[in-house]
Amino acid sequence: MAKVLMKGNEAFAEACLRAGCRFFSGYPITPQTEILEYMSWRMAEVGGQFIQTESEVAGINMLFGAACCGARALTTSSGPGFSLKQEGISYLCGNDIPAVIADVMRIGSGLGDIFQGQGDYWQLTRGGGHGDYRTIVLAPASVQENADLAYQAFDLAEKYRHPVLVGSDAAIGQMVEPVELPEMKEHDINTYDWAIAPRKEGEEQKVIWNTYYTIGADAYMEYLKDKYARMEAEEQRWESVQTEDAEVVLVAYGISSRISKAAVKKARAQGIKLGLIRPITLWPFPRKAFDALGDQVKGFLSVEMSILGQMADDVKLAIDNRRPVEVYGEFANVPSEDVILERVQGILKKY
Amino acid sequence: MKCIVPNGVNTEAHIGWCPGCGHGIVCRLVAEAAQELGIEEKIIMVEDVACGEFAQNVLKYNSVGAAHGRPIITAAGVKRVRPDAVVIAHPGDGSAYSIGMESTIHCALRNENILALVVNNSVFGMTGGQMSPETLPGMKTTSSPAGRDPEKNGNPFDVTKTLAQFDIAYLARGAVDSPANVIKTGKMIKKALQKQLNGEGFCLVEVLSPCPTNWNKTPVDALKFMKEQQEKYFELGEFVDKGGK
Repeated sequence: MAKVLMKGNEAFAEACLRAGCRFFSGYPITPQTEILEYMSWRMAEVGGQFIQTESEVAGINMLFGAACCGARALTTSSGPGFSLKQEGISYLCGNDIPAVIADVMRIGSGLGDIFQGQGDYWQLTRGGGHGDYRTIVLAPASVQENADLAYQAFDLAEKYRHPVLVGSDAAIGQMVEPVELPEMKEHDINTYDWAIAPRKEGEEQKVIWNTYYTIGADAYMEYLKDKYARMEAEEQRWESVQTEDAEVVLVAYGISSRISKAAVKKARAQGIKLGLIRPITLWPFPRKAFDALGDQVKGFLSVEMSILGQMADDVKLAIDNRRPVEVYGEFANVPSEDVILERVQGILKKY
Repeated sequence: MKCIVPNGVNTEAHIGWCPGCGHGIVCRLVAEAAQELGIEEKIIMVEDVACGEFAQNVLKYNSVGAAHGRPIITAAGVKRVRPDAVVIAHPGDGSAYSIGMESTIHCALRNENILALVVNNSVFGMTGGQMSPETLPGMKTTSSPAGRDPEKNGNPFDVTKTLAQFDIAYLARGAVDSPANVIKTGKMIKKALQKQLNGEGFCLVEVLSPCPTNWNKTPVDALKFMKEQQEKYFELGEFVDKGGK
């Protein structure tokens, strides 16, 4: 298929539809709104349901009903709106229901602002709602990847009967790039036995509620540990750039990874052995990428748009604290190539 | 005397409803209506948490356990992707008229083709009888120990005065305090389900129901309280009946 020029949010929406998503319920909030707007006309063309709900809480809880019935269902938000979705995400996890939720990240706590940010990393990866849960979190770094990961997200969600989050940001959502869209496919709402539907003759009652009620507390502990262990073993995704001989390794995802990649190129031209690990899954964090590194690595620089350095926690865990991990955190601006190089020089001098 | 149990009721279920509770009667009425209409296989119940949730054990229908306050919006999501199902949201008054109010209003505005079956016992039952939007003025609860004071807490919400303005298919209020009212309420539920089958849109049937435990009354006194006070405040009857498309 030929490439087309598309905005990140619109490519994401179209790819979801092409993955067989036929249900969207959501609420406007910048910088996510183009997904809602795109769905408002395009969903009808593919015969699905689009509902602009009264709130984000309504959006996620309406999605919950559709997803319990086996539909490929999507809701999207940003910042304060994504916080309102946490109740429903916890319910999806507690009830083992697949769905896809996108957080097009903006900056700050509270209202913050509408610029690109990566300050939702902890909320995305630690389980932003109540109870013991995490979700798979996909982090696209381009319009193409926004479409590709949207397409895969529904399969992943159904593989584990678990919600999948896509954490993009205002830059990825708003930028226009060439994209090759995936093929249109239909999803059969009756694919899975667990899905709630009108009963067929002689069929037993089906109830969707907390999985723990059905299998009991002891079995649930084992079930849950096993489910998350499987996701951690099978779903780590990342891109490594010139890490084979790297003395300093940048760790960056999403829009920050693009600047980091440019910084690696610039450093290499100056003879500095710099590499990059770009997590594509924020959870499970790609520990395998760090396990594969050689002993020549002197230190890590976590490049992220968060003031406190959120992903840096996971870098430290991934390397079991064996090397120093520094943070270059930005807030209202994307990271700067020059600052990255200064910080790398500093790490080389210090360690 | 012959005891006739509708097909949809599971008599083996172990349920924690208190003596004199009205929830069981409401479930029986749903089962009778579904059986009479021949739609038992099509029913999908969307339950709230708390006392009403036991319906998942009592009724043999497929069901979804929604978050507290969310059965109506979750039921709308179910119906959108399962248009052949007959979908019943089953919240209490605390759920439908306080935490879930925005979706009660907006599902009605969108005329979502579901039945919201709201069981109104004028308290938050499962959490131990706190004041709900439907607690009557002067009524003592664990969170209004001196009695509900309209000066401080406002007056109860009357759904029939609000949704009567909306372009919905059906709006009615019944009660389960007497055989005559139980029969009338059963007819309301059946009519609402028939309207859903006709594709007429949003139906809300509120059912006044006793909660002797949290009202601190015997089951018999609870029924008296309904007749003498609850039904005086909340008028019974049909308030919107569009009569088909």
